[in-house]
Amino acid sequence: MSLDQPMGTVNDVPRTAPVLEVQDLRTYLYTRWGTTKAVDGVSFSLGSGETLGIVGESGSGKSMLALSLVRLTPEPAGKIVGGRVMLNGRNVLDLTDRQMREVRGKEISMILQDPQQSLNPVFSVGDQLAEAIRVHDRDLDDKLIHERSVDALKSVHVPAPERRLKNFPHQMSGGMKQRIVGAMAMAYQPQVLVADEPTTALDVTIQAQYLRLLKDLQERTGVAIIVITHDFGVIAETCDRVAVMYAGRFVEEGPVEQIFDHPRHPYTRALLESRPKVDLKSTRLQSIDGQPPSLIDLPIGCRFAARCAYAIERCLAEYPPWFEITEAHAAACWRSEEVPWPSP
Amino acid sequence: MINAVRGLLTLFAVSILVFSLARLTGDPIDVLAPVDISREDEAALRERWGLNGSIWEQYVSFVGNASQGDFGPSFKYPTETAASVIAERLPASISLGIVATVLTLVIGVPLGILSAVKRGSWLDRIAKGLALFGQSVPEFWLAIMLIWFVAVRWNVVPTSGISGWQSYILPSIVISVFGIAALLRLFRSAMLETLGSEYVKLARLKGLSEFKVVWKHALKPASIAPLTFFGGIAVRMLTGATVVEIVFAWPGVGYLAYEAANARDFPVVQALALFTAAVIIIMNLLIDITYAYVDPRVRLGQKAIA
Amino acid sequence: MSVRNQPARFESDTDEALELNFDIQGHPVRRPWWKVWSKRNNRVPWVSIFVVLFVLVLPALLADVITTHDPLRGVLADRLTPPFWMEGGTTTYPLGTDKQGRDILTRLIYGARISLTVSTITILIGAVVGSTLGLLAGYFGGWVDRFVSWLIDTFLSLPHVLLALVIVAAIGPSFVTIVAIIAVTIWASFARQVRGETLSVRETEYVARAHVAGTTSWRILLRHVLPNVANTLIVLATLQVGVVILEESSLSFIGAGIPRPNPSWGVMVADGRDQILISWWISFFPGLCILLVVLSLNLLGDWLRDFLDPKMRQRGRS
Repeated sequence: MSLDQPMGTVNDVPRTAPVLEVQDLRTYLYTRWGTTKAVDGVSFSLGSGETLGIVGESGSGKSMLALSLVRLTPEPAGKIVGGRVMLNGRNVLDLTDRQMREVRGKEISMILQDPQQSLNPVFSVGDQLAEAIRVHDRDLDDKLIHERSVDALKSVHVPAPERRLKNFPHQMSGGMKQRIVGAMAMAYQPQVLVADEPTTALDVTIQAQYLRLLKDLQERTGVAIIVITHDFGVIAETCDRVAVMYAGRFVEEGPVEQIFDHPRHPYTRALLESRPKVDLKSTRLQSIDGQPPSLIDLPIGCRFAARCAYAIERCLAEYPPWFEITEAHAAACWRSEEVPWPSP
Repeated sequence: MINAVRGLLTLFAVSILVFSLARLTGDPIDVLAPVDISREDEAALRERWGLNGSIWEQYVSFVGNASQGDFGPSFKYPTETAASVIAERLPASISLGIVATVLTLVIGVPLGILSAVKRGSWLDRIAKGLALFGQSVPEFWLAIMLIWFVAVRWNVVPTSGISGWQSYILPSIVISVFGIAALLRLFRSAMLETLGSEYVKLARLKGLSEFKVVWKHALKPASIAPLTFFGGIAVRMLTGATVVEIVFAWPGVGYLAYEAANARDFPVVQALALFTAAVIIIMNLLIDITYAYVDPRVRLGQKAIA
Repeated sequence: MSVRNQPARFESDTDEALELNFDIQGHPVRRPWWKVWSKRNNRVPWVSIFVVLFVLVLPALLADVITTHDPLRGVLADRLTPPFWMEGGTTTYPLGTDKQGRDILTRLIYGARISLTVSTITILIGAVVGSTLGLLAGYFGGWVDRFVSWLIDTFLSLPHVLLALVIVAAIGPSFVTIVAIIAVTIWASFARQVRGETLSVRETEYVARAHVAGTTSWRILLRHVLPNVANTLIVLATLQVGVVILEESSLSFIGAGIPRPNPSWGVMVADGRDQILISWWISFFPGLCILLVVLSLNLLGDWLRDFLDPKMRQRGRS
């Protein structure tokens, strides 16, 4: 991975070989009520230094997608049933549990949604950080670990790191905890960082700060970042490319500007239109009329058709293939080439 | 500190309660002394047992004796004080209590943890069944059934009294059945909660081994809630095994309470009740202190949400 | 004992059910009512209801109709008859007789009456006293709360077996004594539970609104708080029936409960203790009744909690 990888070259497919390549990933949840197809055939690739945003409503399967990448789907209901997750040229799904543990934290890391909940309340921050460092480097002595912990905290701009190490989670603010979680995730400079709703639990003012921090880390280490969010403000601020997820599948994917300016899937457009225009940072998805389909009994045709104002007969009968709009921009909609859509 | 004061207040309340209960029948002399007792003898007895004067003076003398730690002379064994009678019986109860507590911890805690980890497995089913059984079985009956099956039919272990380590087997099993059930249940639900928490997810994300995830990250926060109840469980086993001691004729304080009550040996019964209350109160204080070690949030003076 | 009073339970069954009612993001998934109902129905503990009904409630109510034997006076000539399937047994005494020649089955049936009476009365007293104090403490807070909390703690740390022995030594065993002793030991668990619930209900919006509207405290307590606490009370009372039955039989067993010759199940176990080698049935059946009934009540209480009290059901899930 190169540190001088140009940032924000949005229109280009990454020139280097992708660090992460996901092909036709399927993760199902087996429940007594039936099988929930939480992730149902998702493919994308990610080059180092690149940031991909995955946006969707609650229940679209985006969190399950994130957990599938690190193979931490909830046991025993969640199972990855198909596809490949190629990380540095290896299929993560073929690894043994032991090998997978080596990969976690070292090659791929994840930041969880809620910083209030993601630190263990009964261990000191230093203890938890040291653990993240020691796990992949068993022969480090305590002094070295301490130094590395301090460095890790410095890298996420935590003031007075020495003192912070002795603190317990309840003695810190949410923003501070989120930074520490970030430091843990970045302790081994992984090639891929998955951030699941990294800012929803934070104050609006701290959100921006934290996003800048992520960008900053990326510039220094060249880490590829996947940001999972329902917030287009976050996408606008951090991402190069964006994928829109609906009912377990990507429905549109492309460079951020193209998606924002020329959305080609009615769902994307509805999402964009439903957010307040005034302040990008505080946007939260307004609901679109109707409910997402149950992931158990999915329709044969386009999954959005039932809520779509532009649906035609074909939408109900046949699932749309990808239509390429530009080299990097594609949408899975039968009418993606008819823009602007005629009114229903 | 506040807890200690509250504890003392509780002890005071218990002493009044116990004292007044023991006086419910009126004058103990009527019950205890022979009908044809002479006036001089009665006066001597009253003097000796602190039954002179008004009920308040009697209470004061009761508390006075209690604070000196001897609780006055026993009615049944006139040469001994109530305290010394209890002291004689204490070792048998404590040793049984320790065995039972160890058994409870060694079986209840790991089983609770494992049944949470292997939720839905056959182990979990067995553990659930065991917990439900332990929660529902009357101890005296279980004791008798065990005596019938194990001790008498197969003639393997002694059925009453203490004669060697084998004597401990049946009583400690019976006493610990309830504790095992309680701890198992508590640890299981606490572990289910922590195992599903974000911080356990994060621990896994860090690449920690499953062993560390379960036995460090999930277990430590999970042991906070059961701690509250462990106090009650331990107290029950250390002092409240009365029923079990009676069935096995175990020469401990529980059996003593039974004997003393039947013999209307009020000083001994009162002393026992106070002593037990004191043990419970001290136990609860110890648990409050232990909290601070397990839960860092308590160290700052805020109590954790248990 | 304080531990036994503490409702704790198994999470897994309900957890699984919950997972199914929510989508991955915690959104409720709508299901056709017939599916929901059939799943719910499957989980009704019919066996428990059956046991409680046929071992405890019906015998207690219909004792005089079901059996013609005298529970107190036996036929000495027929003493120590084994159950009917054993050699020397007879269907006149299906579960055998004790050493005074009394029919075990008859005594079990009358014993159910004792168990049910004791538990009904004590739980009524305990629930009324406990929830009143709990409501007051939770609602008014301040010194009322501190005092009630202290009372609860004190009563939970009372060595109640010893107290029972003291009382019985002083005034002798009787029905009233045992009811008093048990009521004294169980009100605290009601008080604690209700206090906690009241505290949380008080915080909720509508009580605040009621306050603004100028309703008096008593009205608020009765109209808003009590209905909210009602489900908790039902669950707790069910679980407490089992606790009381165990308690009563234990005390009766050591002679500090129901006085002889009344056929309390605990007394019956004690009666057969010396005969356990030869006439095991005397002790075995009453203990089995206790075990079955208490076990069923525990299952029933857990199920009721899941059914009536979604708050409790969801507690512990983040």
